Amino acid sequence: MSALTVEPATCGSHNIRYERGQREVFCGLTSIVWLHRKIQDAFFLVVGSRTCAHLLQSAAGVMIFAEPRFATAVIDDRDLAGLADADDELDRVVTQLLARRPEIRLLFLVGSCPSEVIKLDLSRAAQRLSRRLSPGVRVLNYSGSGIETTFTEGEDNCLAAIVPTLPDADRDVRPNLLVVGALADVVEDQMRRLFAGMGIDKVDFLPPRRAHALPAIGPRTLFLLAQPFLAATAKALEQRGARRIPAPFPLGAEGTTQWLQAAAHAFDIGSARFAAATSAGLRRAEQAVAAIRPKLEGKRVFFFPDSQLEIPLARFLSRELGMGLREIGTPYLHRALLAEDLALLPPGSQLVEGQDVEAQLDRCRAAKPDVVVCGLGLANPLEAEGFTTKWSIELIFTPIQGYEQAGDLAELFARPLVRKTRLAA
Amino acid sequence: MKLTLWTYEGPPHVGAMRVAASLTDVHYVLHAPQGDTYADLLFTMIERTTQRPPVTYTTFQARDLGGDTAELFKDSVRSTYERFKPAAMLVGASCTAELIQDDPGGLARALGLPIPVIPLELPSYQRKENWGASETFYQLVRGLCAPRPTTRMTKVGQPTCNILGPTSLGFRHRDDVGEIRRLLESAGATVNVVAPLGASAADIARLPDADFNVVLYPETGLQAAQWLHRTFGQPFTRTVPIGLGATDAFLAEVATLTGKAVEPTAAGSRASWYARSVDSTYLTGKRVFIFGDATHAIAAARIATRELGFSVVGLGTYAREFAREVRTAAGDLGLEALITDDYLEVEAKITELQPELVLGTQMERHVAKRLGIPCAVISAPIHVQDFPARYSPQAGLEGANVIFDTWVHPLMMGLEEHLLGMFREDFEFADGARPSHLPAAPATKPIAAGPAPAARPSAPITVHWTDIAEKELQKVPFFVRGKARRNTETFAKERGLETITIETLYDAKAHFAR
Ligand code: SF4
Repeated sequence: MSALTVEPATCGSHNIRYERGQREVFCGLTSIVWLHRKIQDAFFLVVGSRTCAHLLQSAAGVMIFAEPRFATAVIDDRDLAGLADADDELDRVVTQLLARRPEIRLLFLVGSCPSEVIKLDLSRAAQRLSRRLSPGVRVLNYSGSGIETTFTEGEDNCLAAIVPTLPDADRDVRPNLLVVGALADVVEDQMRRLFAGMGIDKVDFLPPRRAHALPAIGPRTLFLLAQPFLAATAKALEQRGARRIPAPFPLGAEGTTQWLQAAAHAFDIGSARFAAATSAGLRRAEQAVAAIRPKLEGKRVFFFPDSQLEIPLARFLSRELGMGLREIGTPYLHRALLAEDLALLPPGSQLVEGQDVEAQLDRCRAAKPDVVVCGLGLANPLEAEGFTTKWSIELIFTPIQGYEQAGDLAELFARPLVRKTRLAA
Repeated sequence: MKLTLWTYEGPPHVGAMRVAASLTDVHYVLHAPQGDTYADLLFTMIERTTQRPPVTYTTFQARDLGGDTAELFKDSVRSTYERFKPAAMLVGASCTAELIQDDPGGLARALGLPIPVIPLELPSYQRKENWGASETFYQLVRGLCAPRPTTRMTKVGQPTCNILGPTSLGFRHRDDVGEIRRLLESAGATVNVVAPLGASAADIARLPDADFNVVLYPETGLQAAQWLHRTFGQPFTRTVPIGLGATDAFLAEVATLTGKAVEPTAAGSRASWYARSVDSTYLTGKRVFIFGDATHAIAAARIATRELGFSVVGLGTYAREFAREVRTAAGDLGLEALITDDYLEVEAKITELQPELVLGTQMERHVAKRLGIPCAVISAPIHVQDFPARYSPQAGLEGANVIFDTWVHPLMMGLEEHLLGMFREDFEFADGARPSHLPAAPATKPIAAGPAPAARPSAPITVHWTDIAEKELQKVPFFVRGKARRNTETFAKERGLETITIETLYDAKAHFAR
């Protein structure tokens, strides 16, 4: 396997179908579950219903251990009947919240289906509250509603809401690199060391760990997406003059190398210097993946749509672990952002954008895959039918990007299979 | 708007899902956006059901709103019927669909399906999960039980009954049903139908055949039982058989309905004997705080006081629909019930009362853990741990045994507690020492350190402890030290003392001796 193969960026050779029917994917509110841990002094206030509150606590692992940095302003019938003024109500709830959590520096008002259907103008509310609470607390808004967003798109909208608040970088300074998409802190630190090793030392991450540590951007900013679901954020960054470095996503040895290499090209780093900075990591990643490959090679995988990570994952499983790809379902297919990954998929791959869950279950049963990647609602029933599943939400809650995690990522797929063989004994 | 950090109950359509998922051949078509499909995981991941709940969501999107969401709903009903061929269908709206007012009931009726279609109107912005389950079950019973003369089908001397209320995602409902079925059979009554858990649409239609109804969980079953009473003259039981006393009272009630004499059972119970055995004397007067749904909170208060000899210091529920019943139970104990769905209020109350045992939901378990107080879970909201692999009922005789074990297990064993009290300075009895049969706790905070600041009653402390009194206080076992400190300070303040000496400490101890 050569980790540096670059094939033409085309997706013309795949079978791509769009499906419209019942979806079995969380809404964008779910992103709050990881974002609230990532940005340590931010708070996410969903303006929604009891359903939204219940979704959040159910997705966050049913119970809270430490007090979370998210809450719901639950709309009630007084609000709907127009008996209570929405602005006053929101002001009251925000005041109550800030009294309780004085350490909050950045407050997101997160729109939900109910707030959008009744046309609550959260952007106006955010501006008004920002004025009132400035300079201590900045208030931004975005939509995490299920009528506008699926699962990871909540992060996209959140980051896109931050972009206009990023300070302007000086025009004459050296170009800086911005890595976009929430990553585990440990992964960020590894990436930072790798970039420093090749001589790129002006590296920032979005989202930042602290709300006031906002990276400056401008026309000299080059950005790399670390997650594939960030279309709106990429657009907002481009509107600020920043330029995207096209690359496959940093999953697996090959993906990470190509991702890093794309940055190296953009920053004119010589190949010797690049190799010196990355060869140790690459070797470790290849070694770790090779150790797991025998457990997965030749096995067939079927993806239900969930996080939009499906295509880079399929690329990794097929090219680095020798797995066969059955259907690759994804909630949305951003062809431009995924061009490099799509080009690395075996020609003729079956891609399905959108979902019709019952029809897809029928196809899954007919395809008899060895591993099914799916959401929490489907996993146990499929296991009960005899399938081996990998819950996709774990792929979002686990550090999987970069060299040092390539083996862990492979292991996530191997473990359910290994477990089956043990239990059969 | 209400600031909500965490909620005891989901929205009412989740209650409807619990009823649909309890039944074997009824499907629920829910007009809802895609995110609402999260509710499936409650069943597949928490209850670990082997099948998805029988729910089809329309998953309309913003772009459908301008167009025809009503058409989308009709398509979903049609294709759901084709695919699943259910015996009956429930149709309704989630919170978002309620706002777009598509009238799921009318739309579904217009399709003329050859099965009963029951429309649900569950006001999402006023009501909650248990109400939704109760209303759904009631509508289903109304919709499926055809009017008929009120004569019973059963033969004289062979009384039959239904068990009403158990649902999917109910706290130990699965095992309670087995226990109560056996109990009823031992009392000479045959169980006609258990519903909704495990029933088919045809079973629901057979409910009026029975002589009487057993309302196992009023939260979900009472409304339907009242309707069956009005419509078919079926009487129903009032006592929930959780705890030994309640089980006997329940059996006595059943006896009046069947006309057959029954023997009281509590006397022969193992839990009853254990409670009377000498090593249970250390349970006497343990100060207990109770919070949960109404059924389990009321039952727990009765068991705690009459069957274990505890002192209940606080009793409350999140179930506003049953606030009256809980207030009465609290009043009987000389307490004022805490009726709230805000867990922070519950946390503040626990912090203030400093009980020695908390009986609550999973949320109170977390609160108690933070406060270093032993805790047992007695009620939903449900957690994966509330579906143990083993048989673990709460109701009936075996339920009483399970409860005895579950509540007593987190406490110190009798002699162990004395040794801890006597030899405070043994280095192995460091603060936070836990009962030896439980795993070591990761650095349990002493009670006095308290939880999140905002939840604490902020009484500024103006009295001062002398070093020597403070040292003496440290000899009090950690699990009562917070209480001792508070009592002593209250005692000092009431007497206008600014300094607490060893004398003050022991004066206070004598003053508060119970
Ligand atoms: S889909 Fe809409 S209503 Fe449902 S939880 Fe998400 S934002 Fe709330």
